[in-house]
Amino acid sequence: MEIGEFLREKVMAVQEYSLLSWTAMTNIFRRPFYWVDLYTQADLIGVGSAPIVILTGFFTGGVLALNSASTLAQFGAKAVTGTLVSLSMIKELGPVLTGLMVSGRNASGMASELGSMQVTEQIDAMRALGVDPLKKLVTPRVLSTIIMLVFLTIISDALGTLGGGWISSTMGINLSQYFHSAYQALRYPDVLEGLVKPLLFGFIIATVGCYFGMSTRGGTQGVGRSTTQAVVVSSVLIIFSDFLISQLTIGLFGR
Amino acid sequence: MSTTETVPSPEPAIGDPNAPVVSFQHVSIGFDGHSVLLDISFQARSGEMVIILGPAGGGKSILLKLANGLIPPDAGRVLLFGKDINKLTQEEMFEFRSHIGMVFQESALFDSLSVRDNVAYRLLEERDDPEDVNRRVTESLKFVELEHAIDKFPAELSGGMRRRVAIARAIITQPSLLLYDSPTGGLDPITSTTIIELVMKQRDVYESTALLVTHRLQDAFTLATHRFNMKTNQMERIENDGVDPNTTLMVLKEGHIAFTGSLVDLLRSKDPYIQEYLA
Repeated sequence: MEIGEFLREKVMAVQEYSLLSWTAMTNIFRRPFYWVDLYTQADLIGVGSAPIVILTGFFTGGVLALNSASTLAQFGAKAVTGTLVSLSMIKELGPVLTGLMVSGRNASGMASELGSMQVTEQIDAMRALGVDPLKKLVTPRVLSTIIMLVFLTIISDALGTLGGGWISSTMGINLSQYFHSAYQALRYPDVLEGLVKPLLFGFIIATVGCYFGMSTRGGTQGVGRSTTQAVVVSSVLIIFSDFLISQLTIGLFGR
Repeated sequence: MSTTETVPSPEPAIGDPNAPVVSFQHVSIGFDGHSVLLDISFQARSGEMVIILGPAGGGKSILLKLANGLIPPDAGRVLLFGKDINKLTQEEMFEFRSHIGMVFQESALFDSLSVRDNVAYRLLEERDDPEDVNRRVTESLKFVELEHAIDKFPAELSGGMRRRVAIARAIITQPSLLLYDSPTGGLDPITSTTIIELVMKQRDVYESTALLVTHRLQDAFTLATHRFNMKTNQMERIENDGVDPNTTLMVLKEGHIAFTGSLVDLLRSKDPYIQEYLA
């Protein structure tokens, strides 16, 4: 393939992705709105992902405490373990790990489901039956992922802090001191940063998953390819946008 | 064909009632630099069935997707009920499609929905009265003789049954235009005859306009030389070797229309390609 053709394809893909994302968002204000599909997807994405998010959050908090307590002990600062765990969990690891977990579980799910529908002409059939697939399939997925990822991140943050507390207590740190330092460390910009990130990550997961699903070509092999691409692209975009938001909040709030 | 059923009244026509239901005007389309259809012009008036014949990969399915506005033409105009579909907004196009029924090549049933929900899809989207929905689903499934399969899922059905469910889904609102994409493709001869009989029943009982794509000459011959008898509920040969006046045949050759006319004209054609095609 020529370089020019390759670049043209990539630019077209970005254009199609942008159009899909824009239409999915503006559809929120257009009738009909598929409430039932929104609830179903919220259940599938939110409740369905809760166990992995709880486990990941809890053990990440634990690992953070384990590593930081042993390092901080060398400087006699074991008491500030809570500060480190809560700031890391709420600003970075809670949103990013939850995003990556949900991306692995749901971006792939969306890409394979919509991809299978695409290659078996079910998407065309839907359009032929007078139903807009973007309204019926994409908008509910995007909206429910954004909403549910915020709640999943809060759960992950809470469980991470708890996991850190559990490990800290086994390492001789007073639990009350741990939670006190964890709470005292937080400022509103930190919480804001931690809650803005899942909004963007949720948008990335659902739009990337749906885009690769809707643009699937080439039978079952194409479905497999779309699924892999959806997880890879959404994971990279999550980490990249996390970097940008962190930069922005440091620029805006100085922390 | 053994059961009889009540005939729901067709939905009111939209657009200009005197205009042809479908009209292609110098339509061309291509993909990845290759032309698929070139300067295609034809029309189907109300109650007419146009059977589109041609070899596999000749752009027959693309033609149906163009007729339904699922893909836009590169050049030319597609008029439905007298209106240029390229000038319709997305919203208007979705509204327009409620007057068109389409049977896809591989049925394209929603595999996570039951037969009932597949057939009722359009009515459920329009939030019709549940009792009315049930009545119409039963009527539609009776038409294709599959009322016993109402609670099954597509994966539990045979290829022929799936095709019949797809027909039931397409006709549930008695649309003004029906598009059949290879309805007998991949089916055994007996099942193919059942499907063709259903298509004929729809044509003769409801007098609906239809475009039917097939690569099986036999389907075209059967549709052109037979009519559906409501009394015996079976298809029968038209007397004196006659042909159905509302059935037109169209043969595509490398993206062009090689022939348009009745079966009699087709058999009399001196065109070497047509003669080879018929051989």
